[in-house]
Amino acid sequence: MNSHAIVIKDLEFQYPGREGVFFKNFNLQISAGERFGLFGPNGAGKTTLMNLMTGILKYSGGSIKLLEHEINHHPKYVNSIFGFVPQDFSFYPELSPRENLAFYGAWYGLTRRQIKNRTEELLEILGLTSVGNRDLITFSGGMKRRVNLAIGVMHEPKVLFLDEPTVGVDVQSRHAIINYLKKQNETGTTLIYSSHQLEEAAELCNKIALIDDGKIIAHDSLDVLLSEHGHEGMEGLFLELTGKSFRD
Amino acid sequence: MHILWATIIKDMKILLRDRVGLFMMFFMPILFVVVITSVQNSTFELVNNNKISLVIYNNDNDSLSLKLINEISKIGLFKLQISDSAVTENKISSHILSKDALVALVIPKGFTKLIKNKAEEIATRSLSDPDSLNEKSTPLKEKADSLKMYYNPVMQASFRHSVDGALNSAVQVLQGEAIVKKLYEAVNQKEIPQDLEKQILFGQFPISEIPLSSSGNRTVPNASQHNVPAWTIFAMFFIVISLGGVMVREKNSGSFIRLKTLPASYMNALFSKQFVYLLVTFLQATVVFLIGNKLFPYIGLPALNLPADIWGLLTVTIVCGYCAVSYAICVGVFANTPEQSNGFGAISILILAALGGLLVPSFAMPANLQKFLSISPLHWALEAYYGLFLVGGKLRDIWMNILSLLGITALIQLFTLYGLKKKNLI
Repeated sequence: MNSHAIVIKDLEFQYPGREGVFFKNFNLQISAGERFGLFGPNGAGKTTLMNLMTGILKYSGGSIKLLEHEINHHPKYVNSIFGFVPQDFSFYPELSPRENLAFYGAWYGLTRRQIKNRTEELLEILGLTSVGNRDLITFSGGMKRRVNLAIGVMHEPKVLFLDEPTVGVDVQSRHAIINYLKKQNETGTTLIYSSHQLEEAAELCNKIALIDDGKIIAHDSLDVLLSEHGHEGMEGLFLELTGKSFRD
Repeated sequence: MHILWATIIKDMKILLRDRVGLFMMFFMPILFVVVITSVQNSTFELVNNNKISLVIYNNDNDSLSLKLINEISKIGLFKLQISDSAVTENKISSHILSKDALVALVIPKGFTKLIKNKAEEIATRSLSDPDSLNEKSTPLKEKADSLKMYYNPVMQASFRHSVDGALNSAVQVLQGEAIVKKLYEAVNQKEIPQDLEKQILFGQFPISEIPLSSSGNRTVPNASQHNVPAWTIFAMFFIVISLGGVMVREKNSGSFIRLKTLPASYMNALFSKQFVYLLVTFLQATVVFLIGNKLFPYIGLPALNLPADIWGLLTVTIVCGYCAVSYAICVGVFANTPEQSNGFGAISILILAALGGLLVPSFAMPANLQKFLSISPLHWALEAYYGLFLVGGKLRDIWMNILSLLGITALIQLFTLYGLKKKNLI
């Protein structure tokens, strides 16, 4: 296994048509096999960074390497080794989970047999077997989140990006999702997770980075950061480092 | 290939599950073509088959006014009503405005005498001094009592001119006959034989109306031949309402973005949309043409005669559908909301239809607008269909139209790719 899942070096990015550079000389390393949490207030740059690491946005300077492959140079290969679970429900609500997984499985390059086996496996793990043929439009928020996750892990990625994967779901669904993610991590999948749910983050992540205004303001394991700053929980640490003013 | 096939299956399923969308895509164009063809057919029949109702108020009741009525009835353009009663403007007005008649003709008292006097005068002058004909003739004394034609203002100018021309020709026949008779009598001192009179007056060189066609078929085109192809093109381009909306929904739902993170080309998604919706436009056209061909006669409309060159028809339909689908995708890529896509899509198709000669024939358009004909893909599609349906041409006769349509399609696709890049979608 490679020692680093992600290496970001001197990253520069600016949104077209907007004033100011969003990221400048931004550096970050995420070790392979880590459960890495990316936190920060609204507008800090979490989603932008996630979009840059997944190739959705193009950066203007520096480099981002995913398992030693520059993402702008090998987009097709890089796209085959990571999975992405976006915050939005990125599937076709008119179709059933099985139909969605069949479509996305083909796009991941899986064979028909692989798609069939993996679909049944994921539906079973995420408790969706009995509703696998129902149109997603009839699903609850929690069920939709689980399908959103299933699509992202269909091809058993080596690196999995998760942008608020449990927002708006019930306790049962959250429990199922977090358990599944931990099991995935045990098989060697690196998790890169972004959320506002600090308790969940504390439960899932073994390393975190706090970013604000396009800069990393803290980066270490949660235990080290809590003891360094004298806090018992993440909320106190978060407020100390990012302040109490609104960031709307 | 597996990716493209899986995408086509996905798009097909989404399309088939949208029952309202399917209804809009198939039933509405059929309804549209039937309604428009029915409306246009009634106009077509008014010009070609139906007769214009004409009421004649005969205040003369003498030989030549009766003969005039006879001549008018022979023209075949009018459904005549004769009224001998005294006439007032009010009575004519009520007749016309209640639409009992579209046109009224008032023959003045002394009409026969007036015509005979005029013929006598011309014959006398012709025989005494031919040069005197060049002199300005004295106008009819009874100008106030000349023939008067009243018409309903709803009659379009072209109709009015047809009626006016027909009535004038009947009067001229009458006048000519009277002059010829007088001249013959003066020269030969006896009445003109009837066969000679007929030869002089009606022996004019005949004009035969023959519709031109490449196939040599001389069938007169009907309203269905004109309207069904035109409005089928319009219906195909209206796919922008559903496909444009689908594109916007996919963009806004994040499906597009997710596809961007997958190890396959986004072109699969574009090709799939093009294939599925091209199939839709092809089926739309097939259903509409079959209804025109098989069902129209049962609902009182003239049957649509399909062109002899079926391969030509298939080619034009596929190329036109491909252009319509490309346009819809382009609108969907640039629109940010379904409202933008639907609003711009619908209005732009109406404008392109107007520029393309679907709403008003291109030859009747103002000269400055005719310059823009070539930018409308609907114009090239219409020309290609007319080349097959009306002129009876073959594929080789309409290849320029097809090439132009393909050229516009290529430009639309380039613009779409630019939009996809600009919006960071590929």
